[in-house]
Amino acid sequence: MAAPETSTAAVPTLYTNNTLRNAFGGVLSFFILLLIGVMAFSIRLFSVIKYESVIHEFDPYFNYRVTQFLAKNGIYEFWNWFDDRTWYPLGRVIGGTVYPGLTLTAGTIWWLLNSLNIPLSVETVCVFTAPIFSAFASWATFLLTKEVKGTGAGLTAAALLAMVPSYISRSVAGSYDNEAVAIFALIFTFYLYIKTLNTGSLFYATLNSIAYFYMVCSWGGYTFIINLIPMHVLLCIVTGRFSSRLYIAYAPLVVLGTLLAALVPVVGFNAVMTSEHFASFLVFIILHVVAFVYYIKGILSPKMFKVAVTLVVSVGLAVCCAVIAVLIALVASSPTKGWSGRSLSLLDPTYASKYIPIIASVSEHQPPTWPSYFMDINVLAFLVPAGIIACFSPLSDSSSFVVLYIATSVYFSGVMVRLMLVFAPAACITSGIALSQSFDVFTRSIKFQLPGISSNTEVDAAETSSATAEAQNDAVKTEKSEETSKNRPSKKSKKKEKEEKPSTKAKAEKRLLALPLDSSVISLLLLILLGAFYVVHCVWAAAEAYSAPSIVLTSRSHDGLHVFDDFREAYGWLRHNTDVDDKVASWWDYGYQTTAMANRTVIVDNNTWNNTHIATVGTAMSSPEKAAWEIFHSLDVKYVLVVFGGLVGYPSDDINKFLWMVRIGGGVFPHIKEPDYLRDGQYRIDSQATPTMLNCLMYKLSYYRFVETDGKGFDRVRQTEIGKKHFKLTHFEEVFTTHHWMVRIYKLKPPKNRIRGKTKKSKSQKTSSTSSRGKRSGSGKKNPWQ
Amino acid sequence: MEAPIRATEFLRFTLLSLLFFVCRSSPSQDLLISNAERRIDLTSHIVKVYLTLKVENAGSTPTSEILLAFPPTQVDHLATVEALVTKGKRKKTTLARLDVKPTELPDAPNGTKYFTIYLSNPLNSGESTTLEVLYLFTHSLEPFPAEIGQSESQLVYYRDSALILSPYHIKQQTTFLKTPSTKVESFTSVEPTNRAGTEMKYGPYEDRPPYSFSPILIHFENNSPFPVVEELVREVEISHWGNLQVTEQYTLVHGGARHKGVFSRVDYQSRPNLNGVSSLRYLLARLPPRVHSVYYRDEIGNISSSHLRTDSRKSELEIEPRYPLFGGWKATFVIGYGLPLQDFLFESSDDRRYLNFTFGCPLLDTVVDKLTVKVVLPEGSKDPSAVVPFTVEQHLETKYSYLDVVGRTVVVMEKKNLVPVHNSPFQVYYTFKPIFMLAEPLMLASAFFLFFVACLAYLHIDLSIRK
Repeated sequence: MAAPETSTAAVPTLYTNNTLRNAFGGVLSFFILLLIGVMAFSIRLFSVIKYESVIHEFDPYFNYRVTQFLAKNGIYEFWNWFDDRTWYPLGRVIGGTVYPGLTLTAGTIWWLLNSLNIPLSVETVCVFTAPIFSAFASWATFLLTKEVKGTGAGLTAAALLAMVPSYISRSVAGSYDNEAVAIFALIFTFYLYIKTLNTGSLFYATLNSIAYFYMVCSWGGYTFIINLIPMHVLLCIVTGRFSSRLYIAYAPLVVLGTLLAALVPVVGFNAVMTSEHFASFLVFIILHVVAFVYYIKGILSPKMFKVAVTLVVSVGLAVCCAVIAVLIALVASSPTKGWSGRSLSLLDPTYASKYIPIIASVSEHQPPTWPSYFMDINVLAFLVPAGIIACFSPLSDSSSFVVLYIATSVYFSGVMVRLMLVFAPAACITSGIALSQSFDVFTRSIKFQLPGISSNTEVDAAETSSATAEAQNDAVKTEKSEETSKNRPSKKSKKKEKEEKPSTKAKAEKRLLALPLDSSVISLLLLILLGAFYVVHCVWAAAEAYSAPSIVLTSRSHDGLHVFDDFREAYGWLRHNTDVDDKVASWWDYGYQTTAMANRTVIVDNNTWNNTHIATVGTAMSSPEKAAWEIFHSLDVKYVLVVFGGLVGYPSDDINKFLWMVRIGGGVFPHIKEPDYLRDGQYRIDSQATPTMLNCLMYKLSYYRFVETDGKGFDRVRQTEIGKKHFKLTHFEEVFTTHHWMVRIYKLKPPKNRIRGKTKKSKSQKTSSTSSRGKRSGSGKKNPWQ
Repeated sequence: MEAPIRATEFLRFTLLSLLFFVCRSSPSQDLLISNAERRIDLTSHIVKVYLTLKVENAGSTPTSEILLAFPPTQVDHLATVEALVTKGKRKKTTLARLDVKPTELPDAPNGTKYFTIYLSNPLNSGESTTLEVLYLFTHSLEPFPAEIGQSESQLVYYRDSALILSPYHIKQQTTFLKTPSTKVESFTSVEPTNRAGTEMKYGPYEDRPPYSFSPILIHFENNSPFPVVEELVREVEISHWGNLQVTEQYTLVHGGARHKGVFSRVDYQSRPNLNGVSSLRYLLARLPPRVHSVYYRDEIGNISSSHLRTDSRKSELEIEPRYPLFGGWKATFVIGYGLPLQDFLFESSDDRRYLNFTFGCPLLDTVVDKLTVKVVLPEGSKDPSAVVPFTVEQHLETKYSYLDVVGRTVVVMEKKNLVPVHNSPFQVYYTFKPIFMLAEPLMLASAFFLFFVACLAYLHIDLSIRK
């Protein structure tokens, strides 16, 4: 810990006094960090306190299930796991298609605890993984910001990150998702990169590759790192900041990092084959060329160098052109230009809605609205510009990285709501810098005018000292960059070195930047108020907005708290009262939950890797009963599960998602046409709805006997009476409906016994239906009943 | 209907053969039963039989053993047999519990199983005594039809004999059957048979020889749910820091007529009296008083539908399964709670400690097919021994819990086919030195101490090569 040194103190800097202060500052910032970690952990426990210790939402259930498998069967079985409980009849190779970082992390924690005879269940470990890692992430933020702007900024940024709502939304206790560990890995990788850049140490460079490897293990967002760091390297080269430290920071990362990334089964050869990684290789080449040029420049006389340049440039350009042409040809030959769908929709925000409805249908892939920025990063949005400005004075290698990081992440967060998560740490870092810099300026000007104050109140002194540290650290850094850290002093001698050098210089600089006393006091108060507002907002967001596990819903009414535990009721029913090999069809949102909670085979799940399969289910849901029965029957489906919120007013039910089913289904099976379900472009389920809509399976399964509840069939979500009230089901039968009707489970009726006279007729129907079902007829699946 | 007819024929055949056997030797012909009254309670799914026997010693030698006979089909479902003897005369009668043990007799006709009641005072010749016998059958009501729809009511068969099976001559006997409702579809008539309201009367029959048997079949409505816990694992963990943690894992099934076809929530909710009358909506668990930190959950999380009522004498936990259980539907759940240790742990006279806890299942009116009670003793306890009022299978296990090194001794007791009668206290004796309580805190403290020492050492060692 670079102990801050208080040069502002009016007392002459005695050596002993100074060490004491250093030690005190070090201990203080250590405890502040510890408390930040505790806060980061505990602010995420609202969900456990208000609800229960349970896995949240959809994807976490899959991760939880994988972790259970890992804990039970061990790592080798895990890599080879072929999951036959999902994507029936295709199955899914879990070991090769999952980012294993989170699972392995939680599995390791679980194993460690159990080998210490601490019998925590896998579920408990999974629930608390995210809060633990957010504490780590805030520490990593401290380290990163400290490298950029010193301890004070580091502590501020860490505190901000510990409670930024955007990050809380993905890392509350129970939100066991990849992002939980990936954000830590992301920040830590950046920290190690900056650290390497500042020190030029190969040790940190190696650590950096390992951190990058962990990031690749954890999240698909690693492509952000492998594009951002090359961008920064390129920026450094272009702005004439090339140094051997830059080379050490980058070259090992690309070589080692790519090799390590290729070890992760889900990435594999993608680490060298897809366009997401090309930038890094290109910059790698450029870096070498530049390094070579610098080297040549060093050994040749200026005149010779000029000659060499002209020669090399002319030859090199020709070679480059050829190589690039080949590359472009290769890339262009693939239909998506070598980019994955999600990356493409990042580069072209309209791409997904045009071509991949399945990506567009996910709410977290939508572009965010302005209120969501305010909700997720709150006052940071105003502090970020100030932080960017602070980064420019003075602009170092590391601060330029922060500027680049925030610029790119702002763009990405603007494309997808989900990527707000990547933006949040950048916002915290810049706002931390901004806050700490302004605190520094204000407190310094106050102290400058009230010389007695600092010696009296030690806490205040320590606080400001930590705040003032970044200026000195900058000074250290500029000096360091001159030295290019030729020697690596041991920790202690380095400390001493730092203490001696910048004091006089910084002192003189600071005296110039004094503000009037009253204005600085007021501004200080205002800043504290701003911070307080942020804290209040974050606590509110953590407690109210982001802690609901979404599998249990609660509502407050005049007669107390109402709990809607319908999802688990239905999954529990499926788990205990159906045959273990029965197949359950539902919209893909509920796939992960069904496999994890009900332990039943599903047709499609939230890993949307097979669009056709999802489209088949979508088509079945949008078809009339008989056609739907045929589709489901051909898929061996025994039960169909629909989510219906009309009785209690649960808005994200299947009827509201239905248009996406139509769109995705229609994208593959053209006989499903969206306009058939819309009346004058409007989606409605009342008496004005189109007959196609009123006869489709989803409508029927949702509203079957709904009218008998209140006599009218009033849908509380759509705020209207339903269009078709009395109807019977011929091919399905209701086998279970939960207490609040939120989940309804239907069983496919067994096919009727074959009657001789009717076989021909049904056969002819079959052919027509198969042809209309397009691709399915080619799948070669024989239906023995028809 | 074919099966029952065949069964009755079979039983008739048995009866004949039994009568044939009678002529041969049978145990202690000296005893005879002068009057027998049997009351069979069929209102719940646990069949309770109250038998009042007036036994007379007609022989010459005093005897202290009285035999009860059961047909082999019933003995499998027999959960418990208790016998009481009335002492004193008229108003000052007291009841004394007698030992009852299963007995094997070498010449048991047709696999008849016996239980012996050991009288405390031998019955001299010419004397008579009155015995009150209570025995319970589980799984003895056979649903027929075996599958019912949601709106149908549950009908069951009960099979028994109009005559009490006994190795003794019975002079006079009467059997009363109590059905839960007046709705009785059919019953076998063995004259004289009367039916009035919810009660049926078989008898009185006079002078029946030993092993008389007359099968009867009653088909009646029983709409009470049949909660059956297929497996229950109760883990009682003793912490000498003052807490007794109980964890109970249930596998519950509705043992009545299987549910068939549709389950319609709208019918179930709007017409609760007609729909799913035999469904299992809630269960009541009677927990010890001063219970705290009660939880009720299953493998996918907390189940929110439960209520706890506590007062100074008892605690009642009303739990609803996640979904109403229809016939054949299953549910699993866990109930856990903490109890103050001083209520259950005592020191015995020989300086040992013992845990005094209830054996059976706290759910009211349930049958437990298999119960495993695990008493986890604190780490470092020695020579455990369990005292249970009935026979159980016992063995020891070792469990590792929070930071254990040598592991905790677990006394495991298993028993099959339990009814609420088995909720009687049992004791586990063990020796424990209180110093073991400090083992784990000391271990933690030393681990942290070593860690800090290591940190200190690291900070003071300069490992760099260059100075």
